[in-house]
Amino acid sequence: MRRLLILLALLLPVAAFAVQPDEVLPDAGQEARAREISQKLRCPVCQGENIDESNAPISRDLRLYVRERIVAGDSNDEVIDAVVDRFGEFVLFEPRARGGNLVLWLAGPVMALLALLGAWRFLRSRATARPEEAQALSQAERERLDQIMRD
Amino acid sequence: MTAEFGHFALILAFAVSLFQMVVPMVGASKGWGAWMDSARPAAVAQFLLVGLSFAALTVAFVTSDFSLKLVYENSHTAKPMLYKISGVWGNHEGSMLLWVLILALFGAAAAAFGDNLPPALRARVLAVQAAIGAAFYAFIIFTSNPFLRLASPPFDGRDLNPLLQDPGLAFHPPFLYLGYVGLSMAFSFAVAALIEGRVDAAWARWVRPWTLAAWMFLTIGIALGSWWAYYELGWGGFWFWDPVENASFMPWLLAAALLHSAIVVEKREALKSWTILLAIMAFGFSMIGTFIVRSGVITSVHSFASDPARGVFILGILVVFTGGALTLYAARAGQMTAKGVFAPVSREGALVLNNVLLAVSAFVVFIGTMWPLIAEMLWDRKLSVGPPFFNQAFTPFMIVLAIVLPLGSIMPWKRAALSRIMRPLWGAFMLAGAVMALVFAVSTGRSAVAVIGAGLGAWIIFGAVAELVHRTGQSGLSRLLRLPRADWGKATAHAGMGVTFIGVALLTAWQVEDIRVAQVGQPFTVGGYDITLASVDEVEGPNFISTTATMQVARDGRPVAVLHPEKRVYPVQAMPTTEAAIDNGIFRDIYLVIGDAQADGGWAVRTYIKPFANWIWAGSLLMALGGIISLSDRRYRVAAGARRAPAKTVAAE
Repeated sequence: MRRLLILLALLLPVAAFAVQPDEVLPDAGQEARAREISQKLRCPVCQGENIDESNAPISRDLRLYVRERIVAGDSNDEVIDAVVDRFGEFVLFEPRARGGNLVLWLAGPVMALLALLGAWRFLRSRATARPEEAQALSQAERERLDQIMRD
Repeated sequence: MTAEFGHFALILAFAVSLFQMVVPMVGASKGWGAWMDSARPAAVAQFLLVGLSFAALTVAFVTSDFSLKLVYENSHTAKPMLYKISGVWGNHEGSMLLWVLILALFGAAAAAFGDNLPPALRARVLAVQAAIGAAFYAFIIFTSNPFLRLASPPFDGRDLNPLLQDPGLAFHPPFLYLGYVGLSMAFSFAVAALIEGRVDAAWARWVRPWTLAAWMFLTIGIALGSWWAYYELGWGGFWFWDPVENASFMPWLLAAALLHSAIVVEKREALKSWTILLAIMAFGFSMIGTFIVRSGVITSVHSFASDPARGVFILGILVVFTGGALTLYAARAGQMTAKGVFAPVSREGALVLNNVLLAVSAFVVFIGTMWPLIAEMLWDRKLSVGPPFFNQAFTPFMIVLAIVLPLGSIMPWKRAALSRIMRPLWGAFMLAGAVMALVFAVSTGRSAVAVIGAGLGAWIIFGAVAELVHRTGQSGLSRLLRLPRADWGKATAHAGMGVTFIGVALLTAWQVEDIRVAQVGQPFTVGGYDITLASVDEVEGPNFISTTATMQVARDGRPVAVLHPEKRVYPVQAMPTTEAAIDNGIFRDIYLVIGDAQADGGWAVRTYIKPFANWIWAGSLLMALGGIISLSDRRYRVAAGARRAPAKTVAAE
């Protein structure tokens, strides 16, 4: 049984995990840019991982491609555009703030404004409200109040 | 036989829940005492029956009964006992059974410790709770039966996903579910109050401990999940804005908002209808979370068993309950009039701002999580929304929250003046400034994240301390110790948030990473630490084969730690995993990962120095601890007035 387990283990494809030493660029500044870009790109075949963390072979290809472009002198945006042109906007973890996606980007700020407006109106109304006449308590309520107060 | 027994117990629990959902509700509207009271034994019976059912499934897993389809698919004889047990909920069917078990537990706890509730309210709360239960029992029995048999039992099982074979699985889901499902109590109270048509200070006082308990469990559950991801996934990330993480984070944010708004209802009889709405929404988001995870509409690492048919069923439950509750809300909210009168700048006003910030940030998380789905439906566009979006869209709200938190928290009720509340806070303000200066000096001026994050964290912590000191007035230490527990709980929880802030900011800003090929015996230096790969060995585990490295870490010639990062292969599931080795410290973690053997005889090695990483989870624990302290305040005990033992701690078990 043990031997079978080991045999099975040896037969498995060895997954390369995330950024490999041979991928790292010699220039620290360029490498840092590559990492920054990699974190914005989604692995096309994984579940919600960026290419920087992913073990999939395609992510490795993409990481190498990103570094190739950087070494060739592309700016960060140009590199990202090049990858998006090939794989579609699905690989972009940060949706572009244009077209329909504007709704996504503006939803938070707009909602915050509306909420603040609503909150302000409520607070104004409470500030100017007159205290209501105290309502007489029913017998049951008075008993319950006693019980709570005793504690 | 045990499995059939469990199945039968589950069906009985379903039947009891149907009874409990109808009879007490009718009794409450007709004023029939016996009908109302029937809810309590029913709730307890329901819990016992689900408990039996859950026990039966556990027995099947422990004894590796592969005639059960679920056990065959998720277990293996060679799997360690801990994972056989936690494997019960490491799959769709079992996790749903855990869900209803906890739902029934909360119902039973409300029945057992609800002596001080008015009978009609108690009957209605339990009936609503049973209605939720009934829906989920039906879901399990009709679409996700864990007790299905296989015609010809196989020799051995398929094992559990190796990523889930971790102590994390034993604790993360139960706590998370205690939190998620605990919010059902707030929901049931809200719906019961809407049916009765009255919300008052007493109602807020009853609903708060349940919300507090749920929020506390959710805090622990989320922190455990984050910690688990940190050490298990191999690169030490702690939050990924994954749809499933978001699904637990949205209820957390709303529960936090609810906790605060319920204070206003309790003390000032205002914000009533908003509080009811929040209670409905918080549990609604719990169900949305269940829907997201279980349906797999948004793919994520968590959806280990997703199935569209199940998704539709849960969506149905979600629509009926949230929709029903909101309809009821629309009909009744108008009757709930505010009583308290207060100026905009006051504790009340600050709590309103707290609610605005928490609710809007939950909304941002929600729209970001759902956007891929919306875009696909509207424009047939396949797009992704990930961490870069959330970091930009969510963080500003947290920054504002951190700035105003100490100010709002120290404000008096009814009316406050900024100049006066700043007086006790000047010390905290100066100290926070000093922390910012220190961080700025240390981080060589390159990181705004570190300076701002650490400064805000320090501001919250020192603000919490300043508030405690302020509350004691002139009378000093003895008064400090006699402060209500709720004040201590509040200060602890707020300080915990500050600690988490510091952890997140400094880890993000100061992390050092190194990726290289390490040769055995040749030291290399990362962030001031000398690291040597001493040896690499093949080791056999119970159900995996491991490549274990031995690595020595030293600083200035003195040994710091010997660490054993591993790379494992689980043959049955054909899956490799990395097991990072971490030397935990208060101010830094050393995080080592071993990779593949290289052609030249070296090994790929990844080294991280992660400053202040543990502060993130320490802060979360402090927040939860604050919840516990607050819960132990006698004013908020569930059984207040009934002279019982602290109810919630018992219910928690």
